[in-house]
Amino acid sequence: MEDLKKYLLENVLLHESDTLSDEVEQVLQKIRREKPDRPVIFLSYGTAGQIAGSDKTFQAMKTYFSENRYDAEIVKMGCSGPASFEPCLCIQLPGKNKLFFRNITEEKVEPLLNGVFHNDINKDDLTGQLGTKGFGLWPGVQFLDELPFFSYQKRVVLGKCGCYDPESIEEYIARGGYRTFVKTIRHYTYEEVCEIIVKSGLRGRSGGGYPTGLKWKQVLNSDSSTRYLICNAKESDPGAFTDRVIIENDPHRLIEGIAIAAYATGAAQAIIFFHRGSDHIMQRLEKAIDSARSYGLLGHNILSSAYDLEIIIRKEPGAFVCGEETALISALEGRRGMPQLKPPYPTTSGLFGKPTVINNVETLMNVPLIMQNGPEWFRSLGTGNSPGTKIFAVAGKGRMSGVIEVEMGTSIRSIVEDIADGVKEGKKLKAVQLGGASGSFITPENFDIVVDYEELSSRNIMMGSGGFIIIDETICMVDLVRYYMEFMHAESCGKCIPCREGTGRMLEILESIIRKPASEDSGTTLERFKGVMQLETIASVMKDTSMCGLGQTAPNPFISALQNFREEFEEHIFDRICRANICRGLRSFSIDVEKCTGCTACASKCPVNAIYGTRLQPFFIVEEKCTGCGICYDICKFSAIKVK
Amino acid sequence: MIYKTDLMATEIDTILRNYTPGKRDQLIPLLQEIQEKTGFLSEDSIVEVGRYVGLSTTKIYSLATFYDEFRFLPAGKIQISVCNGTSCYLNGSKAVIDKLKEETGLLPGQTDRDGILSYEVVTCMGGCNHGPVICINGEYYTKVKAEQLPDMIRKLRYIVDNG
Repeated sequence: MEDLKKYLLENVLLHESDTLSDEVEQVLQKIRREKPDRPVIFLSYGTAGQIAGSDKTFQAMKTYFSENRYDAEIVKMGCSGPASFEPCLCIQLPGKNKLFFRNITEEKVEPLLNGVFHNDINKDDLTGQLGTKGFGLWPGVQFLDELPFFSYQKRVVLGKCGCYDPESIEEYIARGGYRTFVKTIRHYTYEEVCEIIVKSGLRGRSGGGYPTGLKWKQVLNSDSSTRYLICNAKESDPGAFTDRVIIENDPHRLIEGIAIAAYATGAAQAIIFFHRGSDHIMQRLEKAIDSARSYGLLGHNILSSAYDLEIIIRKEPGAFVCGEETALISALEGRRGMPQLKPPYPTTSGLFGKPTVINNVETLMNVPLIMQNGPEWFRSLGTGNSPGTKIFAVAGKGRMSGVIEVEMGTSIRSIVEDIADGVKEGKKLKAVQLGGASGSFITPENFDIVVDYEELSSRNIMMGSGGFIIIDETICMVDLVRYYMEFMHAESCGKCIPCREGTGRMLEILESIIRKPASEDSGTTLERFKGVMQLETIASVMKDTSMCGLGQTAPNPFISALQNFREEFEEHIFDRICRANICRGLRSFSIDVEKCTGCTACASKCPVNAIYGTRLQPFFIVEEKCTGCGICYDICKFSAIKVK
Repeated sequence: MIYKTDLMATEIDTILRNYTPGKRDQLIPLLQEIQEKTGFLSEDSIVEVGRYVGLSTTKIYSLATFYDEFRFLPAGKIQISVCNGTSCYLNGSKAVIDKLKEETGLLPGQTDRDGILSYEVVTCMGGCNHGPVICINGEYYTKVKAEQLPDMIRKLRYIVDNG
């Protein structure tokens, strides 16, 4: 191992010219496992894979190989994106193209491997083959890059995700990693790096879209000798998991990006503010930092360039508001994570009063690519104002889900229809929600909107951190808005009144809409309607007067839902019906006398004893007692229970 | 019981020694480490930390209560995390949480009296396609239905009771 390290350092990282000798290339090829002499199985071992059971698949494969005495290598890889295919694996037989299989659970391992080794492949689980020059084709097997899920994507930042063993720094170096960083600190000055990033037009990917190069320049030009770089890897938006997937699958690229950014701003200390509750990912990141340090790429006097850098990881203690820059700094300083008034901006007075750059994970992942390929290359991607790509976590009711990357300028329609392949089970598509808990809804009429900072902000839509939720007709918009408001209310830090009280009042009013009315007289309807009228006022006051982004954007889901789905709100208030049958308080059940056999199944399960009757005679439901929980509906074997 | 607190005190002492006294920015990692090693933040440990960092106990308490991570009661032997991210919510995590509330009589973050069961609600675990996802002592369960929970809990309790 030590020999290999020395070899890689001397012949690859410190090698002056861009082209490497054939002999070195061959060594690298071996590390990349490009021409294996025995079967290699690459198992997707990301969080999504582990949740789906890839651990059991791994054990099953190990037993299979030891029982059958096959000589094969199993490599735990990162995840390549399609979460619906987990646990997925890839098999490479010597001299043949890689084959990808999906949903390989424990019990499928044996038949699958038997099939592959005896040239009889089960087509049901097959995703496709990866065409590589000089390797044998599998006849009649679709190519992976022809699948719509991949062909409509532009995987640049995610390019290495799922292609290499994320725990091996050697493999990252063999795939060209860290060479850009070494080249940067040897050949470029701080100003030059900032200038390249300014020219590339890279914008912060965390939502606001502030030009990254300008931010760096502000810090570089400050007088203070101590500066900090913070990588904001805290994503606790419900339904967004892009940063964690990136770090899990390609930790070294992030470290390289941080190192270049810290160099460009002259920061000697970088802090990664990491998401709580993903300890295995944090361990992987720690391991990656340790191995980078052992290669001399971090620490004191990096590769004799007189530049020092330490990267430390700080686990966030669990508060959504800490995603806001000033609140994040408060948390790092050991105070309650509450936002401060801006200005002063962190670039002038940040952590411990020193100039601080705060960048998002995705932003920093772009940096090594720009330094490697040049700003013109980056400009050639995406649109004029928003160059590059954007990563989304597609989730919800789409047929495909997972982490995807598209070029800026791709339409929402293309993501929904081509990449996510429409909605599950033939249901009708209702909307897409972009930007997490404070994002807006986009209805199918507006699906031609493209992913671009200017275009989205002109329509009051936040790009957000990358949540992309596909919503179908089975979802009640009022209930969904209430869910987001509940989240925001719980996460409001309580510093400023509009946000603390506003989220609470809005939640109360939304809950009153979906609750079962206390009495049937028309006065309550009027009260509730008045509440809704006030909702709009509260929303606009919150937007104008809250101190930080959390409060200002908290009413967004409500405002856009009311704009696009006003009739659903009206139905809930006036007709007291929920068309998706989600809101329990508005459901009422009755028993079909024709169908009921009097089996007593529902009566015994009813939590409020609202079902009465005599055995073997039709039962009935007392409406006043019924809470609308729907247990009877689920339990009835004769579909005798009707929803009104 | 006295023995146990003594043990905890020495443990806290050894943790404290790794941190510089009087530095406030070390406070959160320090509390995190204490919670990781001892399972929760006891009254004694907060007093101890306050003395070490040079802050009043109320200040430390106000900080610790602000963040979701810190707990002031030991977690149960069966620790259940329920994902309530958007995708899991759309697939019915609310019913799962309601069922847990009903079944255990606890609110998220609480531990029952015999110290066996506790549960918490988290925002997103990253298993959005397999929701609702729950995690029991580090093991994931996917596409969980509320009806399965009573059986699951009964089995787990049996395992804990019988070693």
